Amino acid sequence: MSGADAPGDSDSGPSERASEAPESATGALADAARESDLGLVVGTLLAIYAVATLLTFTDGLNSVVGLLETLTFLGLVYALTALALNLQWGYTGLFNIGVAGFMAVGVYTMGMAVRPPDPAFGPPGLGLPLPVGILAGMGMAALLGAIAALPALRLKADYLAIVTLGLSEIVRLSLQSSAFDNFLRETIGAGTGGGRGMGMPDNPVRGLFLVDGQAGNPTPLGELVFGVFGNDGLGISHSILVGWGYIAVLAAFLVGFYLILERLGRSPFGRTMKAIREDELVADSLGKDVNLVKIKVFVIGCALMGLAGILWFGSQGNVSPTPQFRPLLTFYVFIAVIIGGSGSNTGSVLGGIVFAAVLFEGPRRVGATVRGLIDAETPSSFADALVSLDPVAFLAYATDNVAPLQFVFLGLVLVFIIHRRPDGILGDRIETAAAVDLSERPAGGESDE
Amino acid sequence: MSSDAPDAVDSADVAAAADAPEDEPEANDSAVEEAAKHVPSGGPPLRVEGLVKRFGGVTAVDDASFEVESGSLTGLIGPNGAGKSTTFNCITGVHEPTAGTVYFEGEDITGLKPHQIARKGLVRTFQIARELSEMTVLENLMLAPQGQLGESAIRAVTPGLRGAVVEEETALRERAWETLEFFEIDHLAHEHAGNLSGGQRKLLEMARALMTDPEMVLLDEPLAGVNPTLEEKLLDRIHDLRADGYTFLLVEHDMDVIMNNCERVIVMHQGSVLAEGTGDEIRNDERVIEAYLGEDL
Repeated sequence: MSGADAPGDSDSGPSERASEAPESATGALADAARESDLGLVVGTLLAIYAVATLLTFTDGLNSVVGLLETLTFLGLVYALTALALNLQWGYTGLFNIGVAGFMAVGVYTMGMAVRPPDPAFGPPGLGLPLPVGILAGMGMAALLGAIAALPALRLKADYLAIVTLGLSEIVRLSLQSSAFDNFLRETIGAGTGGGRGMGMPDNPVRGLFLVDGQAGNPTPLGELVFGVFGNDGLGISHSILVGWGYIAVLAAFLVGFYLILERLGRSPFGRTMKAIREDELVADSLGKDVNLVKIKVFVIGCALMGLAGILWFGSQGNVSPTPQFRPLLTFYVFIAVIIGGSGSNTGSVLGGIVFAAVLFEGPRRVGATVRGLIDAETPSSFADALVSLDPVAFLAYATDNVAPLQFVFLGLVLVFIIHRRPDGILGDRIETAAAVDLSERPAGGESDE
Repeated sequence: MSSDAPDAVDSADVAAAADAPEDEPEANDSAVEEAAKHVPSGGPPLRVEGLVKRFGGVTAVDDASFEVESGSLTGLIGPNGAGKSTTFNCITGVHEPTAGTVYFEGEDITGLKPHQIARKGLVRTFQIARELSEMTVLENLMLAPQGQLGESAIRAVTPGLRGAVVEEETALRERAWETLEFFEIDHLAHEHAGNLSGGQRKLLEMARALMTDPEMVLLDEPLAGVNPTLEEKLLDRIHDLRADGYTFLLVEHDMDVIMNNCERVIVMHQGSVLAEGTGDEIRNDERVIEAYLGEDL
């Protein structure tokens, strides 16, 4: 039984395996990665980096670093959101398919709170400090989660799914409505911007590098970094370097999310969550207040989704309801959790990174590179490409139309994963729900097995 | 938990409580409740009065009334469809009774939620074992204890407060191991509960119920689908626990098991209580023989 092998403990470093005379260097690396969660995540990232570098190295260092920045950013934000969803769905079995809505509420609340009351363009805001705005965004997402959960948790699981999906669409359409925008402007003095969306407050990370937050003069730190890596050094564009600075912030948040959720999972609270997922009636019959725990989980998860929304879309300059907060976003986050292995926090991080880099960005990047290598004219239609019976022309057509094919690819990968590893990459690792190590009985009783 | 409550303040109440459960509950409800809460034994812990449960047009339980004595092993029998399981579900809050009252230790628990009833010390097992299959046996057991510090999300996460949680978990882990040894399933501690055999699941269910530190356990057919050797073991455990002061109400189909093990037997038929008495009394009761027509008593 695979569950019997020691669940990867982040404490056990790769050093433990080093003594065991590995057969090859790659074998040793793979072993070490399996031993340590951090190693596994970093190893996966490095593998993705290696492939991405191979795809773009002909375009120069700036393109390589830029692509790595995009992939890492997407990987981290998907990982953050997947962790929040894993708490609700993976641990507790609460089927929340309104992730996009909670993220939208988080980022919009933050924007409305922080934007200046009299901006040059776009809707007015309340002019509050950024930390207050972030807390308000999390609070509002949590509040909406509680409102959704209270009636829905009394019903069966499927109804929660319908309620959350409906709610996320209501959120999106409300944010898009100019009537709602005007209403908010008149009542609280901050608007949503309707269909045109709103500009996000300046990212404080930019302020670390640039004096006025825009294309202005660098700060001392900026000068140092730009001097080494930028135009005067390795020639990497400044916006990419600032992007890497923000990635460091995201990574810190990811570690924070992970630690909080691991502690929550490895506790009596975590046991109750798992018991609710497995069999609500049993948890209830053993004296656990099932509804209260569900509401708590929902509120915590939605607050984290709100924060993930802020960290993700709040850093993108402008948010608007419709392309960004469609239910498709929720669907993507679910795929990340599924391929990582629901119920495992490390799996969610890994799933987020793999989904974003390999499934989401991968096909387009690979397609573009392949297209660059093909010296052929693109057939005008699929029929033409097929009838030509020329594999090169067909490939040219396929790589030029990679966006729709991406979904085919996504579907194939999902089918493959569900067939080969129905529980996801790390789904066989069922994480212990206790604050102490259960694998061995401490001194006092006879040892087991 | 009421078991660790008795202290000097309550000693006056204890005397009053000795005859209190015989009174009309409406007479001085709160006083009875208060007194009975702190009496671990004496008076019937479980009393069911005029219980009715209808599902649409079907009356599953029709005016059933009975008592279970403290520290006893009471059997509840009846042919299929007699309303035994529905009675169980009404007592434990899974169903809300259409009419009637359930008293536990003198307190009206009718209509409370299952978790509220479990917290009062009345815990059940299920007819078809409901193990938490993706949790290990040890996790299953450690889930059960009431009022764990780490059930608070804040305590579980906050660095300064987690120390107490870890300490409590260490003690719980040891208690879980001891309980597993008592039921002789300690070799399965790390197995996922879903991998256990039917009989082992029944043992796990009972072990888990005991981990809640109950006053009384309702066992819904704990021996169904259990092989004779394991059946013996389970019954031994029940007798051991009864000697320790636990009260049991046992629903069972197997007449021999009930007759040989229970000092009191309640017979249900068509939703109401047909007869109540010792095994011998029941064996010779004409109505019971009629209800079980053709069965060898």
